[in-house]
Amino acid sequence: MGQKMLMKGNEAIAEAAIQAGCRFFFGYPITPQNQIPEYMSKRMPKVEGGCFLQAESEVAAINMVYGAAGAGARVMTSSSSPGISLKQEGISYIVGAELPCVIVNMVRGGPGLGSIQPAQSDYYQSTRGGGHGDYRMLVLAPSSVQEAVELTQQAFDLADKYRNPVLVMGDGLIGQMMEPVEMPEYVKPELPEKTWAATGWKPGCGRERAVINSLYIDPSVLEQHNRKLFAKYAVMEREECRWQEEMTDDADFVIVAYGTTARIARSAMRKLRDKGIKAGLIRPITLWPFPNAPIQKAAEHAKAFLTVEMSMGQMVDDVRLAVNGKKPVEFYGRTGGIVPTVREIVEQIENMAKEAK
Amino acid sequence: MAVVYEKTKLLTDKPLHYCPGCTHGIIHRLVAEALDELGVQDKTIGVAPVGCAVFAYDYFNCDMMEAAHGRAPAVATGCKRVNPNNVVFTYQGDGDLASIGAAEITHAATRGENITVIFVNNAIYGMTGGQMAPTTLPGQVTTTSPYGRDTNHCGYPIRVSEMLATLDGPAYIARVSVHDVKHIMEAKKAIKKAFQLQIEGKGFTMVEVLSSCPTNWGMTPQEALKWLQENMIPQYPLGVKKEKEAE
Repeated sequence: MGQKMLMKGNEAIAEAAIQAGCRFFFGYPITPQNQIPEYMSKRMPKVEGGCFLQAESEVAAINMVYGAAGAGARVMTSSSSPGISLKQEGISYIVGAELPCVIVNMVRGGPGLGSIQPAQSDYYQSTRGGGHGDYRMLVLAPSSVQEAVELTQQAFDLADKYRNPVLVMGDGLIGQMMEPVEMPEYVKPELPEKTWAATGWKPGCGRERAVINSLYIDPSVLEQHNRKLFAKYAVMEREECRWQEEMTDDADFVIVAYGTTARIARSAMRKLRDKGIKAGLIRPITLWPFPNAPIQKAAEHAKAFLTVEMSMGQMVDDVRLAVNGKKPVEFYGRTGGIVPTVREIVEQIENMAKEAK
Repeated sequence: MAVVYEKTKLLTDKPLHYCPGCTHGIIHRLVAEALDELGVQDKTIGVAPVGCAVFAYDYFNCDMMEAAHGRAPAVATGCKRVNPNNVVFTYQGDGDLASIGAAEITHAATRGENITVIFVNNAIYGMTGGQMAPTTLPGQVTTTSPYGRDTNHCGYPIRVSEMLATLDGPAYIARVSVHDVKHIMEAKKAIKKAFQLQIEGKGFTMVEVLSSCPTNWGMTPQEALKWLQENMIPQYPLGVKKEKEAE
């Protein structure tokens, strides 16, 4: 390890997971993430204790994850938008039962069967819970293959730390694109022991009988459980929020974009600077918790914000909540698998600059 | 004084919530006794269903997981793959297993997943108040088949054991009943055998247990047992449906 390799995003994510100690993968074929299960099926049997199993459905796959996570393993599943919708039942149970696992969503166009092209239209689903009941997941959004590798490895640690699923949310481009990547040497941080796992028990064995469960039939107990979950989310909001800022200090116009879109927005920002327009970029790395702080800071001096997404406008709601009416927040989006171009973003900002004069 | 009977240590002291005359209590005891006699309490992981046995995790005195409706075989698969030396069982009703969980049970069976499934068939959805199940008999009145199950309209009951017995994966599939003492003893033997085969690593085992639901059938416990014997057994014949040749 340590040397640079040219890898496809999906394959790099799979290898990164194995390097981070993931030994169980349950998945189902769906484009554009098939290289993850394919890579796992090739690699897992060669890794000690490794198990790849192709599930009969997305629903079965996420419930296998529930069983494996409940038994204390590092476990992962991956899918793309329609498949992630099917997994939502299981994700809700996993959150309720406080089980750690990593879920990868290589987002494609929707609604319905949509398309197999890249999109970012699962933002609401990912950051608002997705399944039934109110809950949160950490959502990590890489914008390069290298970052996808790093975030995937961190996702396992964060899942174990909080006993909560972590979603790595890419788009079809991140999954399909080949880039040079350096596989980091994974060092496992100190994490709490999984004394809660169901591994076999008898009286006097030194721990309580394990019951992996999300059912709390007594309303007061369920309310208490939900408060406990939300106390955990409050810690995540305080400690796990990540973002990248570029040239925001003096920016008149701040672009907010994540994932692949952020890379296009960065090129647009540079082009605008060349043209004498002071543009900046805020790139959320965690979509939940959402980085309110840098946006609020930028709202003090910026003239306006532009949110760019491969959707009809979802993250823009969070940007507006953060800006809280202080400055105009505009939106530019392409959907259906169409990727916004540098020129389109530059034009948007140029129009905003004209209006601001 | 000599001890002539003791409660199995595989059941907790928690009082069962089941209705008077329901046979879930008997089946819980048979499963617990079988595991106890095999000496595997410290290795056993049970997976509870959604349905009347949803609280089974409070009763079986071993590590337990509670699965989503119909998903117990998938949960058990994940659990067993992580720790293959564990004895892993699911305990599922007919709505859970034969309807919403039809895919999970079929694929666990065909994979030859080395788990044991206790399938409690009482021909009705009990927990939700007596709706029609995939196993409801033709003509049987339920709250969603108030004029009796019309096979022209909603088809026929599924014989799950026979269906799964057509697959190559399962090591052992048997249907038993708990309507009288003789059959209870036979049921116990089948359940113990299924667990024994799992311990030997033989693959997927399932015991379907015909069970009564006096509350939702609208009968006394005695009437219900008689109805089971006279109506369910002809539809769901007892016996071993699949047994892999000893290798």
